[in-house]
Amino acid sequence: MIDAVGNPQSVLVLGGTSEIALAVIRRYTGARKPRVVLAARPSPRRDAAVAELTAEGVPVTALDFDARDVGGHSAVLDKAFADGGVDVALVAFGVLGDAERAWQDHEAAIELAEVNYTGAVSVGVGLAERLRAQGHGVIVALSSVAGERVRRSNFVYGSTKAGMDAFYQGLGEALRPHGVTVTVVRPGFVRTRMTEGLRPAPLSSTADQVAEVVVTAVRDRRELVWAPAPLRLVMSALRHLPRAVFRRLPV
Amino acid sequence: MLTRLSGWGRTAPTVARLVSPRDFEAVANVVKKSRERGVIARGLGRSYGDPAQNAGGVVLDMTRFDRIRRVDVDECLVDVEAGVSLDALMRVLLPFGLWPPVLPGTRQVTVGGAIAADVHGKGHHVVGSFGDHVRSLDLLTADGSIRELTPDGEGSALFWATVGGMGLTGVVLRATLRVVPVETSYFVVDTERLDNLDDLLARQSADDDRYAESVSWFDATATGPRLGRGVLTRANHARRDDLPAKPRRDPLAFDAPRLFTVPDVLPSGLLNRATARAFSELWYRKSPTRSGQVQNITQFLHPLDVIGEWNRGYGPRGFLQYQFVVPFAAVDVIRRVVERIASSGHVSALNVLKRFGPGNRAPLSFPGPGWTLCVDLPVRPGLGELCDGLDELVLGAGGRHYLAKESRATAEAVRRGYPRFEEWRAVRASVDPDGVFASDMSRRLEL
Ligand SMILES: Cc1cc2nc3c(=O)[nH]c(=O)nc-3n(C[C@H](O)[C@H](O)[C@H](O)COP(=O)(O)OP(=O)(O)OC[C@H]3O[C@@H](n4cnc5c(N)ncnc54)[C@H](O)[C@@H]3O)c2cc1C
Repeated sequence: MIDAVGNPQSVLVLGGTSEIALAVIRRYTGARKPRVVLAARPSPRRDAAVAELTAEGVPVTALDFDARDVGGHSAVLDKAFADGGVDVALVAFGVLGDAERAWQDHEAAIELAEVNYTGAVSVGVGLAERLRAQGHGVIVALSSVAGERVRRSNFVYGSTKAGMDAFYQGLGEALRPHGVTVTVVRPGFVRTRMTEGLRPAPLSSTADQVAEVVVTAVRDRRELVWAPAPLRLVMSALRHLPRAVFRRLPV
Repeated sequence: MLTRLSGWGRTAPTVARLVSPRDFEAVANVVKKSRERGVIARGLGRSYGDPAQNAGGVVLDMTRFDRIRRVDVDECLVDVEAGVSLDALMRVLLPFGLWPPVLPGTRQVTVGGAIAADVHGKGHHVVGSFGDHVRSLDLLTADGSIRELTPDGEGSALFWATVGGMGLTGVVLRATLRVVPVETSYFVVDTERLDNLDDLLARQSADDDRYAESVSWFDATATGPRLGRGVLTRANHARRDDLPAKPRRDPLAFDAPRLFTVPDVLPSGLLNRATARAFSELWYRKSPTRSGQVQNITQFLHPLDVIGEWNRGYGPRGFLQYQFVVPFAAVDVIRRVVERIASSGHVSALNVLKRFGPGNRAPLSFPGPGWTLCVDLPVRPGLGELCDGLDELVLGAGGRHYLAKESRATAEAVRRGYPRFEEWRAVRASVDPDGVFASDMSRRLEL
């Protein structure tokens, strides 16, 4: 259960090696030690995260999870929920890929679509079913401003995020009467492994700053937030620019 | 029907299927058919946190069971259904010259809720808590059977596990309560204004036993030497001869005014430092020292009942109440808690301090000999950490939290505070091995 001041008792991360998600977990495991489930592909990074949390006295379980293996999602979620439910579930997996390859190489395009969109929809449906039965809980969907107005420079990625963003917003509406909140988080440029080597866009942030936005949004039961917050205004302006102007912007 | 439910503090709403059965058989059917997420009874929802809600499960609305079945004036007994409110009960009893001996700070609670939380009033140091006045009760248990339980003899362990058991041993359907005779519906009140916490504590300790009712309010916004300046009010039931001529003509009269209801649209943060200070100043000023004043029930016992739904004044983020008891020897904890709150930037306008008398046999009953302090805190960033810090002081001194107000502590905190927890748990396990009775609180605190 989530208590009166917003402490969850259990947190599930799908895409459990995401830097943002791990930063969120660190914030949740300060004074209190909620149960943590990290669902991700087996990797040294996952092992390191488990070791770090264990050393801090956090009860943590790792589950093998592959976003593209949609057939296996149900079994993973069953395991994640087996120990008394999940209070906060973070949908944190995603690939950025090489933007130019992504629209010219069939396989690269499909991978982005399958991981970022199909995979997100697949776990979304599975989480919805289980949280609904629980009568409470929060799904945090890590979306991106890239989906808000899709740019020439990374439109395949942007389109997958636009799709997942829309799906989770709709899911939030559908789950409202069931006591479940869906929080869609739209970070801008986050300086992480995933964006290494790319030139940071204006209003960029760190994983830890995004985590702070996430934790606050969950506590306040917000449904749509930007990280950092001022991006909301920027994106609102960008959304309304005529194409001819938008095309020429150096973003 | 799927319904979003929260406690009085409006902090952690969840959705459950709310059912309002019409008869006891229907209640038994709901319990027998319960599934994985279980069932919990709900009274008037006046507990602050999450004990009367059950995410994904069933919540039994008990307020339809509101019949007062019998008043036995000679024996001073009443036989009531569990959904009867203490307000209704008091109104029915007064014309008979009878009085429910334990009334909490609001009368808008049910008999079932009063048993489940073993509530206390301002008279605890003299009359004990609600469970001490229950002669028998009917409990519907997980197997669908109804057992009549009494404080002594066979079934007494289950009786005392139900008193204070937060609805987790079963559903109380009916109870026989002992009530007391009174001559009037008035109190003779002594009010003392004291300008710091030490004086307040000392004064309250000196001669509480001369009064049937005793409580103090203090100002947690004043700082420095005036920290904890407060108002001590103590009273005895007025006898007929105590009354001035006019009320003496109708000594058992009662009418409760309800002036206004707070609308549901207030923003969070209405109660801030400035308003809390203004309120505290006002309360302090309006209560100069005087003795022997005759006051009616609302004036003395339930001044807040004049405002309906006042919990909305805290806005949509809600608030929590932090109430604990520490042994008399640990009175210093009271002082340190008050200081910590005053310097934390969090604001509490309603601060109530009381001395408890001896506790009873119920393993999870809250009151026990010592000081109890209760503060109201709107939810703001940092509140969780502040309370975690207070927990250390309280538990370290052998104190405990009041479950009817609890909304954020840990499973370990409850076990530390209630040394007889395992004894209670064993009784619950024996009547409800599969955990049919479950609530958000029972999941959160592993009860
Ligand atoms: C303004 C205010 C002042 C208060 N002052 C005091 C005070 O001075 N002293 C004090 O002790 N308390 C006080 N309280 C707390 C209140 O008395 C308790 O929380 C009480 O339990 C509320 O009763 P309820 O009918 O609203 O029960 P609910 O809040 O609906 O339920 C409380 C618990 O009782 C259980 N329950 C309810 N009905 C039944 C039943 N029929 N069978 C089994 N279990 C049942 C529920 O499962 C739950 O665990 C105050 C509350 C408010 C809002």
